[in-house]
Amino acid sequence: MSLWEYANPTKFMETSGKLLPWAASAAGLTLAAGLGWGFFLTPEDFRQGASVKVLYVHVPTAMMAINAWLMMLVASLVWLVRRHHVSALAAKAAGPVGATMTLCALVTGALWGAPVWGSWWEWDPRLTSFLVLFLFYLGYMALWAAIENPDTAADMTAILCLVGSVFAVLSRYAANFWSQGMHQGASLSLAPGERMDAAFRYPLYLCMAGFVLLFVALVLLRTRTEIRLRRLAAIEARERMA
Amino acid sequence: MMALLLRDLRLAVRAGGGFGLALAFFLALVTLVAFGTGPEGGLLARIAPGILWVGALLASLLSLDRIFALDWEDGALDLIATSPLPLEGVAAVKALAHWLTTGLPLSLAAPLLGVLLHLPGPAQGWLALSLLAGTPALSAIGTFGAALTVGVRRGGLLLSLLVLPLYVPSLVFGADCVRRAAEGMAPVTPFLLLAGITLGAAALLPFASAAALRAALR
Repeated sequence: MSLWEYANPTKFMETSGKLLPWAASAAGLTLAAGLGWGFFLTPEDFRQGASVKVLYVHVPTAMMAINAWLMMLVASLVWLVRRHHVSALAAKAAGPVGATMTLCALVTGALWGAPVWGSWWEWDPRLTSFLVLFLFYLGYMALWAAIENPDTAADMTAILCLVGSVFAVLSRYAANFWSQGMHQGASLSLAPGERMDAAFRYPLYLCMAGFVLLFVALVLLRTRTEIRLRRLAAIEARERMA
Repeated sequence: MMALLLRDLRLAVRAGGGFGLALAFFLALVTLVAFGTGPEGGLLARIAPGILWVGALLASLLSLDRIFALDWEDGALDLIATSPLPLEGVAAVKALAHWLTTGLPLSLAAPLLGVLLHLPGPAQGWLALSLLAGTPALSAIGTFGAALTVGVRRGGLLLSLLVLPLYVPSLVFGADCVRRAAEGMAPVTPFLLLAGITLGAAALLPFASAAALRAALR
């Protein structure tokens, strides 16, 4: 029994089919609980008022925007090294989800920035690197869509993902160099003095768990769709041959 | 390798649009910016470093889709791939040829355009230097993008979308180097970072480009 057994599409479909309802309902429950707790049961910030509640969407989506890219990076590496198709398809499936998370983080950030910073958009290093990350996602998805041969497309996007990761990190530090930000530092630092009060922190943890589960459920769902599409294409090709 | 380099250079010069086109585009862009912002000297001087660097980016973007696409269409790329020269070497040579026909003339002409935009005197030298140090990275990144999109029909727009975000670090450090020189601060730190990106890109990206070419030719 090893992890690589799930590289077999049949095995993957079987297990993910069992896992998906659980992941989806866990995501729904956690998100409902976390967001409900965050929106209705936490105090308002003494300076930011009710606008602080954007936190419960903004921070988890921003976290998942980066984690989705990391997951694509790992899946791309597995595809390049071990040529498991499920891995390439999982990377493909994660692309739009990650792009949506990035967009959510940007939009909620703008909604939060408008009352608190007094502007919808600042050319702050973190905002700018998220914009660049969003462009990376767009390029990644466009490359998948543009190449017809699925194996070539998987190779090309995997290489792009590797190179893009390096440049995304470079851009992050270049952006730091380029402008001083308004964004606050780490909010979830483990040092007791720096982190948020527990009243805000625990619902935030719950929301983060909810968005992780949501991401897992969406990627499983989309990977299953991609595998079925691939099977459909194979059946059609066989019928055309016959 | 020399033969491939000379062939690419000769093709770029004879087919038209190698040296001249990128330079003319650069000049046109700078003129348009002046028209767009108005002829006020102080404003132009302030935005000149950014404009000149963005102009150089766009000018080097223009000829990227010719790097591999023409060879792909007429089958020359298959021949090159079966030659004893490894594909990594091919990618490096192609990037070098692209730099010699776009980056190098752009860097040499940039101070002239800097004069047009009222860039202060000491920044002129740093503009040329930073472009000289930074544009090889643009060519290496561009060659990588061209290798990714080699089999794609009408890949030009896709190529821009893939390549432009990768240009961000070079642009940040390059424009910052010139800006610091124009404002009388020490421009060495961003210059060194810029040169570091170029060296890293020149060393590593040919391998990525070759991997992409192999996937395209399989």
